[in-house]
Amino acid sequence: MNIDSIQNGIVIDHITAGQGMRLYELLGLETLDCSVAIIKNAHSEKLGKKDIIKIDADIPVNLDVIGYVDPGVSVNTIRNGMLAEKRKIDMPETLTNVIFCKNPRCICSTEQELKHIFKLTDRNNKIYRCFYCETKAN
Amino acid sequence: MKRSLIAIQDFSVEELQELMDTANDIIANPSGYSELCRGKKIATLFFEPSTRTRLSFEAAMLELGGAVIGFSEAQSSSAAKGESVADTAKVISCYADIIAMRHPKEGAPLVAAMNASIPVINAGDGGHNHPTQTLADLLTIYREKGRLGNLTVGICGDLKFGRTVHSLIAALSRYEGIRFVLISPEELKLPSYVKKEILKANNIPYVQTTDLEAVMPELDILYMTRVQRERFFNEEDYLRLKDSYILTPERLYNAKKDLCIMHPLPRVNEISVAIDDDPRACYFKQVLYGKYMRMALILKLLKEAGTL
Repeated sequence: MNIDSIQNGIVIDHITAGQGMRLYELLGLETLDCSVAIIKNAHSEKLGKKDIIKIDADIPVNLDVIGYVDPGVSVNTIRNGMLAEKRKIDMPETLTNVIFCKNPRCICSTEQELKHIFKLTDRNNKIYRCFYCETKAN
Repeated sequence: MKRSLIAIQDFSVEELQELMDTANDIIANPSGYSELCRGKKIATLFFEPSTRTRLSFEAAMLELGGAVIGFSEAQSSSAAKGESVADTAKVISCYADIIAMRHPKEGAPLVAAMNASIPVINAGDGGHNHPTQTLADLLTIYREKGRLGNLTVGICGDLKFGRTVHSLIAALSRYEGIRFVLISPEELKLPSYVKKEILKANNIPYVQTTDLEAVMPELDILYMTRVQRERFFNEEDYLRLKDSYILTPERLYNAKKDLCIMHPLPRVNEISVAIDDDPRACYFKQVLYGKYMRMALILKLLKEAGTL
């Protein structure tokens, strides 16, 4: 299966197979006007299978979302048909308004203007906790 | 520089020792401290009722020569009109030199500290943190046992929702030779994240049991807690668990002669009043020590903020 290469845009590569749609939704890519391709279960030497997202526009993407959902993903920026930048995305130390605290006792549940902030408290087990109430993210 | 106390871990072991040293000096020489906060005000912002903690802060400030403003329930504050915690903190910063805040929502004092220009002390945020209770606990242990290490500490009752328990475990886990005996019904056991992130992460030995009597001879400290009605969504669960452990003189038959019995208070019926006259009962001293630690804390935070 072939997807045309892009001239100017973003390729999110090495996505764990099955996580492509989740990333698509969390990154809000459905709101874009440009072409967006999601390739599921592509062959990968390293992973066996992987998902890929190609965005046909050089837009800013929220790297924190990518690092939270699937650390280890590559984000490649393509300019004039050439690879201009390749970034390996690690788990971010802080997530702001990416995920939301579900603890009904948290101050977040009543202070509407408050940013929902989560801190990485255990990198090995990928545990994020609410900055305010320390409840673990699901 | 302005600094706040939101969780007990905000202070190092050295800083906790400094607070205890100050508190001990206040106890020995109260007149030397009676004018230090003359002209300063503490705002006690209590969005849920807590007579003892509020009065302890107010007594602490008054004994330092300072003054007190504030409210004791959300209905008499602007919160009833829908004001945010952030705005309240900004407004009160214009009136007072330091804030002590109790709030039913977890994290509210942290939000206040992020928005206030004066120090904020967490006086309890829901079932989350209550660091000044832990300060009282530490001074009690230090004065009664002469040390904060090499102790077997039994904690009994509600270990799941009891915020004082989590804070105390976090604080004592930083001292050498601490061993915990965790006594609770199955439904109120210490949450697994506390065990994993504090006890196991620091290689602190602990045992869990439902049998208080069996472990009584081992204990240097017995920290009793109340099963708190306000932490339950379900009244039936509360009624079923509230009388799980009741300490009576008979149950102390195999306890050490120098056991230190503590309780954050208020008690309901988990410690029989017949124990009050036992020299091992330390829970009313704990209240007194809490006031001295709050005095030491107010002084430290005002000094660091450059107010004193």
